[in-house]
Amino acid sequence: MSELDPAEVFRQEAADLIETLEQALLDLEKRPDDSELVGLAFRALHTLKGSGAMFGFTAVSEFIHEFETAFDRVRKGEATADRRLIAAALEARDHVAQLIDDPDCDPERGTAILSALKAAVCEGAGVETGASEHLAAPIVETGSAQPVAAGWHVCFRLPADALILGTNPLLLLDELRSLGPCDVTADTSALPPIDFIEPQSCYLSWDVTLKAGVSREAVDDVFLFVRDDMELSIEAIASESPVAAAIMAPVIAETTTVIEAAQPMAAASEASAPKPKAAAASSDRANAAKSERNATLRVPAERLDELMDRVGELVIAQARLSQLAEAIHDPSLVNVAEEIERLTASLRDTTMGTRMVPIGTLFGRFRRLVHDLSEELGKPISFVTEGEDTELDKTVIEQLADPLVHLIRNSIDHGMEPPEKRAETGKAATGTLRLAASHRGAEVAITVSDDGAGLNAERIRRRAEEAGLLSVGQVISEGELNRMIFQPGFSTASEVTALSGRGVGMDVVKKTIDGLRGSIDVDTTPGKGTTVTLRLPLTLAIIDGLLVRVGEDRYTIPLAAVEECLELPTGVAADGRGRSFLNLRGDLVPFLKLRDLFHTEGEVDPYQKVVVVSSDNTRVGLVVDQIIGNNQTVIKQLSRLHSGVKTFSGATILGDGTVALILDVMHLVAYGQKLEERRRAETLGRAA
Amino acid sequence: MSAGETMTGMNALTIRLQDEMFALEATHVREILDPVPITRVPNAGDFVGGLINVRGSVVPLADLRVSFGMQRPPADADTRIVVMEIDLDGEPLVAGILADKVYDVTDITAASIEDAPKVGMRWPAEYVRGIGRRGEDFVIIPDMNRIIRAEGDRNSSLASTERTDR
Repeated sequence: MSELDPAEVFRQEAADLIETLEQALLDLEKRPDDSELVGLAFRALHTLKGSGAMFGFTAVSEFIHEFETAFDRVRKGEATADRRLIAAALEARDHVAQLIDDPDCDPERGTAILSALKAAVCEGAGVETGASEHLAAPIVETGSAQPVAAGWHVCFRLPADALILGTNPLLLLDELRSLGPCDVTADTSALPPIDFIEPQSCYLSWDVTLKAGVSREAVDDVFLFVRDDMELSIEAIASESPVAAAIMAPVIAETTTVIEAAQPMAAASEASAPKPKAAAASSDRANAAKSERNATLRVPAERLDELMDRVGELVIAQARLSQLAEAIHDPSLVNVAEEIERLTASLRDTTMGTRMVPIGTLFGRFRRLVHDLSEELGKPISFVTEGEDTELDKTVIEQLADPLVHLIRNSIDHGMEPPEKRAETGKAATGTLRLAASHRGAEVAITVSDDGAGLNAERIRRRAEEAGLLSVGQVISEGELNRMIFQPGFSTASEVTALSGRGVGMDVVKKTIDGLRGSIDVDTTPGKGTTVTLRLPLTLAIIDGLLVRVGEDRYTIPLAAVEECLELPTGVAADGRGRSFLNLRGDLVPFLKLRDLFHTEGEVDPYQKVVVVSSDNTRVGLVVDQIIGNNQTVIKQLSRLHSGVKTFSGATILGDGTVALILDVMHLVAYGQKLEERRRAETLGRAA
Repeated sequence: MSAGETMTGMNALTIRLQDEMFALEATHVREILDPVPITRVPNAGDFVGGLINVRGSVVPLADLRVSFGMQRPPADADTRIVVMEIDLDGEPLVAGILADKVYDVTDITAASIEDAPKVGMRWPAEYVRGIGRRGEDFVIIPDMNRIIRAEGDRNSSLASTERTDR
């Protein structure tokens, strides 16, 4: 811990909080009455303020203080979270993010944002007070008619690690005392025998009776910084009534019992039974929240990469062991080898699982983008996401952010028509932008679809010809024409807007997706909309593979892509380059003779095998000499020197230490598909 | 450092490729291996036609003899693989270099290094950073970055013509 830069820790924490704040604000726009959301946003702000001040980001905490003050009126129900307020709050959120990066940036802008925020709050003020019902009693200054409690009974227990984390209970008690006279009782029931006491742990809980007519907020605020992890119950005491005494009595009894008892634990658990109901309920909630929080753990990405590397090495070593065991034929050794193989496989899956992140984390970021674009361009848009729980390797997800931003921008800016035009064509005024993810075999498909105007084939062709990407009159397929939009320097927008039209952007999409060894498809219907599909390999680390032999060389085929294996029927002729077609239960499947494709020399096995692989419902057969069997394949990227060789997606190390290449199924299938298309064209040509 | 600059002295690993002695920057050399099984990469071109396993990582094996237009007899008892880490546009690239024989590590002083003559050399001049002298012998100092960049590009274009020709 000591080598961590505290400022960096704060930045990380702040990034999370800012995201929470943003999501809450965006949700709040849809459900302005949801007091939970207001509370969520407010808590995020408050924590940011507190930790900002603690880590010396004074500019941040000062700005947030003002932000918070303005937002507090929403919390109290004095103002509604209308669109204007949300817009101002989002801008303030951006400013906070900027201040964290550079505390000296643009104080004037900050002031401007704050006054806009205040104006928005004041305008919305008084419109609605209903929201405050869920919240605690309004404070005295608001002039509310609701009676204020004569005092408060506060029970709180800090988490065991509170002292280590720097919380000082004495300060909390002092703060309570500053509100008014207090009776404080410490509950020592959880105190273990002296041998087991960890001096740094917090075992005590406190019961405080505060005899002062302060607002509930004031009491709440004392605990704001520690609220998340603690058990806290705050109850109003109507007056110096028997109720308060009744509450106090068992507590005192409990305390005394504990002190007298030699076995504190058992006694305490019985004695604490008559605790006020509310306290139990609130501690239940706190516990639930706590366990949820404990369920995730922040780990530096490099450590996971390192772990993955180690597992990769283990897999390779295990393959060597299995091979040795086979060779030596010692049953006990074979047993151990098999057991290690099983363990390695499950370790591999678990490790890879830790690197998988639901894509929803990425989708969330785009809500803001769509919101802003929709405002800016005056095109109302409903943003729908599907398949947020689809998991992808973290590195892939990170690299997807940029391409998706460009695709979404493009859809909204170019695809979506303005509302007037949509009305003319009989569409709903609000456009729909759909972002969906799903698993398809060994791939993940991500689609961005809009119900806009669709691509204009003529305009694309004209632009492509102007830009010299296409010679005049050149015949290309529809798919190829649509993919032109991903060429560098291509833009069909007649005007350049601030957002798009400069011809950069879409080529970034292509470059990134190519880099991830994925593919892009564009599907468009004029007047109906456009769907862009990105297909990506599931992982970049370890896969199950099928090991095959071609001549003297061995290759691995990703098992998830393999549909079936069969013997090559005799009499199926291939052309000089090793390409032909195979009748597979009535379907004509193109096949590629890898021997010819790879210029393999050496003896041809008399019984050739065909491995049928598929990618996105298209099949191609690969003819090999021998199918060796399954193996776990640790994918090693090829170096830059081999970046031009597209038939292979990487290499792996086999049990005997030699390197085997991994076939790039997507590429081979595309190659087979072209053959198939050509065959059709030739047949058509002959028929004509 | 490119061919135009005057060279400073270097600590060099000297190797033999056919009949010529070459000097590789010793600080970039990671290790020297006995021949290991080489996996052929189909359609990758002769310069980086293979891959080898170096302690669990997959490393491309480059054959400088291809760049210098030399004969390429099969490996014999003297053949070694020099594993080097080359800084290529800021990214480290680990590659094996095939050597017909490895001699030793020696200092080549700046004074003894001459620029590569522009004419009258059997080798492509752009691949030579300079010619050093070691006793009576001449030592060729190859420009590894330039060779790898050029051959790497050639490899990509070769591969892509292979793909598009049909």
